[in-house]
Amino acid sequence: MRWRPRLAEGTAPVLVVLALLLVALAFAGSAYSEPAGYLALLKRAAPLVILAIGQYFVIVSGGFDLSVGSLVTAEVVIAARLIDGDDANTAWVIALLLGFGILVGLVNGLITTRLLVPSFIVTLGMLLVLDGAVFLWSGGAPRGALSPSFRVFGRGGVDVPVLGQVPWSVIILLVVLIAAVLFMRGGTGRTLVAVGDNENAVRLAGGRVEALRLLAFVLSGVLAALAAILLAGFAGVSAQVGQGLEFRAITAVVLGGVLLGGGRGSVVAAAAGALSLEALFSLLNLLGVPAALESAVQGVIIIAAVAYANLGGRLRLRKPSPSVP
Amino acid sequence: MNRKWSVVAVAGLLAMAGCASDLPDQGPGGSATRAADPSKSDYFDQAEFDRQLKFRTAAAVGLDGGDGAGKPWEQMLDPKLVDTAKFAKPGGNYHVCFSNASVDNPWRQVGWKTMQEEVKLHPEITKFTNLDAEAKDDKQISDIQSFATRQCSAIIISPNTTATLTPAVESACKIGVPVIVFDRGVKTDCPVTFVHPIGGFAFGVNGAEFLKEKVAPGGKILALRILPGVDVLETRWAGANKVFEGSGLKVVGVRFTDGDAAKTKSIVNEYIQREGTIDGVWMDAGATAVAAVEAFQDAGKPIPPFVGEDQQDFLRMWVKEKMTAIAPTYPTYQWRTPIIAAVRILAGKQVPKEWVLPQPKITQDTLQSYLKQDMPPLHYAMCGCESMPSYPGAWK
Amino acid sequence: MSLLQETPSRPRRASSVRARRFTLTPTTTVYLALVALLIIGSVLVAIDGGVLLDQGGILNILTRSTVLGLVAIGQTMVIVTGSLDLSVAYLVGLCSLVAAETMAGSESMMVPGVLLALAVAAVVGLINGLVITVLKAHAFIATLGIALVIKGYLEHTYTGPAGSVPRTFQHLGYDRIGPVPIAALLMLLIGAGAWWYLRRTRPGYHMYAVGGDLEVARLSGVRTGRTIVMAHVLCAVAAGLAGVFLASRLGSGAPYVGTDAGYDLESIAAVVLGGTVLAGGRGGVVGTIGGVLILSTLDTIFDDLAVDPFFKDVVRGVVLIVAVALYARRQLAGQLSGRSA
Repeated sequence: MRWRPRLAEGTAPVLVVLALLLVALAFAGSAYSEPAGYLALLKRAAPLVILAIGQYFVIVSGGFDLSVGSLVTAEVVIAARLIDGDDANTAWVIALLLGFGILVGLVNGLITTRLLVPSFIVTLGMLLVLDGAVFLWSGGAPRGALSPSFRVFGRGGVDVPVLGQVPWSVIILLVVLIAAVLFMRGGTGRTLVAVGDNENAVRLAGGRVEALRLLAFVLSGVLAALAAILLAGFAGVSAQVGQGLEFRAITAVVLGGVLLGGGRGSVVAAAAGALSLEALFSLLNLLGVPAALESAVQGVIIIAAVAYANLGGRLRLRKPSPSVP
Repeated sequence: MNRKWSVVAVAGLLAMAGCASDLPDQGPGGSATRAADPSKSDYFDQAEFDRQLKFRTAAAVGLDGGDGAGKPWEQMLDPKLVDTAKFAKPGGNYHVCFSNASVDNPWRQVGWKTMQEEVKLHPEITKFTNLDAEAKDDKQISDIQSFATRQCSAIIISPNTTATLTPAVESACKIGVPVIVFDRGVKTDCPVTFVHPIGGFAFGVNGAEFLKEKVAPGGKILALRILPGVDVLETRWAGANKVFEGSGLKVVGVRFTDGDAAKTKSIVNEYIQREGTIDGVWMDAGATAVAAVEAFQDAGKPIPPFVGEDQQDFLRMWVKEKMTAIAPTYPTYQWRTPIIAAVRILAGKQVPKEWVLPQPKITQDTLQSYLKQDMPPLHYAMCGCESMPSYPGAWK
Repeated sequence: MSLLQETPSRPRRASSVRARRFTLTPTTTVYLALVALLIIGSVLVAIDGGVLLDQGGILNILTRSTVLGLVAIGQTMVIVTGSLDLSVAYLVGLCSLVAAETMAGSESMMVPGVLLALAVAAVVGLINGLVITVLKAHAFIATLGIALVIKGYLEHTYTGPAGSVPRTFQHLGYDRIGPVPIAALLMLLIGAGAWWYLRRTRPGYHMYAVGGDLEVARLSGVRTGRTIVMAHVLCAVAAGLAGVFLASRLGSGAPYVGTDAGYDLESIAAVVLGGTVLAGGRGGVVGTIGGVLILSTLDTIFDDLAVDPFFKDVVRGVVLIVAVALYARRQLAGQLSGRSA
């Protein structure tokens, strides 16, 4: 096993990029001269960062989770229909949503590990199933409504001295991030990375490869549910809410220098990648770059980031570059 | 190698079976629309613009010869009636075929339900075939082609794209049964009738004129659009842009939201941060209007004059927050009209060549009558479905 | 190291590309499933009072297979090589525009239009391949990045359909021989060509070798980089052909015609459904065409039965997972028996 236990590996470049983006924001827009501007950015970014953290677990262990976007949509539609505008339903529906996220993760993980279907295919199939099933159930369009108490998590905040009002989603994000970092520092987290690097070595060393993979999918599912709760709270019911989020989350993780195929990268970097992506969009907007060009810029940047990580990594003689593709 | 030769052999056999082309006789006009900037539009057409603005105040004619008040889905603006006796099919037993672009948004969902309920009102329609193209041009073309072998009495088409579906609609006309096109048009006049509300220019202008009236000169306007390249949406912006150009209002941003509430809210939030204040919001569709309003609430800013649409959630927000707002509509009741047209044509009764439906806007004065507290948030008020027997159950 | 290797079969990779036994290779399974589907579908549609395989039905199935078939044939090549291409959907739209705008309604520009569209496709494929081999980017992220670049270009440049093809060119999209569209025959011919290339030429064998094990291929003297780039160029050209065909069918180019139909993920689904292993090294074009036919037959049956479009997605998802699970089981069983023999 050649992985090195320093979680900070590969984290530095993305943090530098993020720092540069944040400073650039301060110069580009007057709103970013005070904490409130950055808090608003964090609030907008929180769901994507949480999704990226979930996606990180799956990617670092060598898989893909393409189902998170449609899972987010499904969760939002389910929430609206079950809550139906009544505050009394908030608590049990939140529990049910998290449970549903775990269930989807379990199914993804079990099919991947027991039926030996590549996770790309399993989660692609799950994407189709969720997309179809949820609208079959709701009759084509979202119905019902969210309750004010449900929306607090994505919309409201708590007053904190100095900073002013801190959004709940930022607090939730911090809790998730800290928990994820602690998890990745522990033995289970390290073995998860090792599974992505060389699963046979882990298996020979007595590691429970299948159980770990399953865990990664469950974490991704439950975090997608959490992201859905924040997104629904942030903006309300929408049938388009999850569209393309799976690719955004994977992009964010890769931007953080995490290696597709697994075995390398830190969770902090993945989160920083997601935040960088959102900061980049805000910056492009502030600079008046045409919205249509945003995706082109995004495309160039992720390719450059990956090329930098791989070519740079080779120069520093890290490990034999797990080249193509 | 065997496989290849067998392919050739099969091809040869089939060649002997006879060649055919489903290519319609008339060539399509073809269109070239390019624009480098979402704030400019090649969709602007002065003559059509003027025509639509005139329609806004024109008096409607009802089917019974009166003014048709109370049944706007039967009203006609400036109708040029055409004779349909050659399509008359006495004895009922109609098989109506419908090629739908998609049901992928709430507007089409409400419309589709309304159409299904309308079919139930006509006992002479004994079979109703629906093919859903799932927003794919290519699938819709083959859907329409497949009607040739389905023994349809009449064909209704809601095209996915104007320019690209034209050849397919022409091939449908060749089948020999009446063809009815509605919602988006096509570049051919072979259908018996084309059903549509006044149009996108009028929609866009209704909203823009309202902002011009309510926002002080020099005020900052944010324009939110769903996506590029859909002509019924492009014309809305083209119309609004025309009004903004000479208004003294400053359009600080034109952005695409993809119809996603979270993206809408983020964009509005960014613009509030960037501009300090936004004095008016114009939208080409109201599905995410509530999210846009919330962005102002969450930023602690007063809600500026707003252009939304007739979704219940926006109307509720309007009342609750006592907003200054308007809701131009693209009425979903137009989904009733093609069925009515089909039945009339098959009965040999006259229909207008272009069935232009009125396109009301909801204002402060008429707001209360469209507010339906018990309907789903994305239900469209202008569905014309309240009097149908299965209301409200089928739409919930 | 190849994409998406997570099955425990890695250390015991099958040494031969083609199954030794005649029985039930994934390809045979696909076609058996197709026949079963046609029979069950015919029965269900008959119960509903219709006919599945009348002239209209056959025409429908084949027409629907054409575009997806072209894209999936190309996708097969990259997947066999152990890569994948997520840029095909936007590329289809881009090529339809290049073809239609070059032709601009003029018959004399038909050949230049087609050639230019294919050249643009080839360049995009070349970039994909080079980003993967030279910049060492994972195929997923490389082609996703290129897809975003094309998307940005399309959004920036076009607000809707543009260009127009001459009437003569539209015959490609609308002519048929009996119930068989000419374009479907052309698609099958291209499939046959791809089959020949993969199975009967040295560069084709190299694709399997690279997809099977990059290091082993490299050590055996295969120029792996060149092989991967070639696969991507061929895949992009196939997507370009799909775009050209759509231009002939739509009469003009349409920027989002490829993405609306989701050809990126759908083509990957068709390839895998056809028995090609996502990790590369095994499978082929014949199976892929079977997979495409299954998907379009399902579509046609659902249309005949007036099934809710949302239900179709559920069925597609389940079919995909179940099929690949079955292949994985068989593959594992085959390997075990192969070992004991």
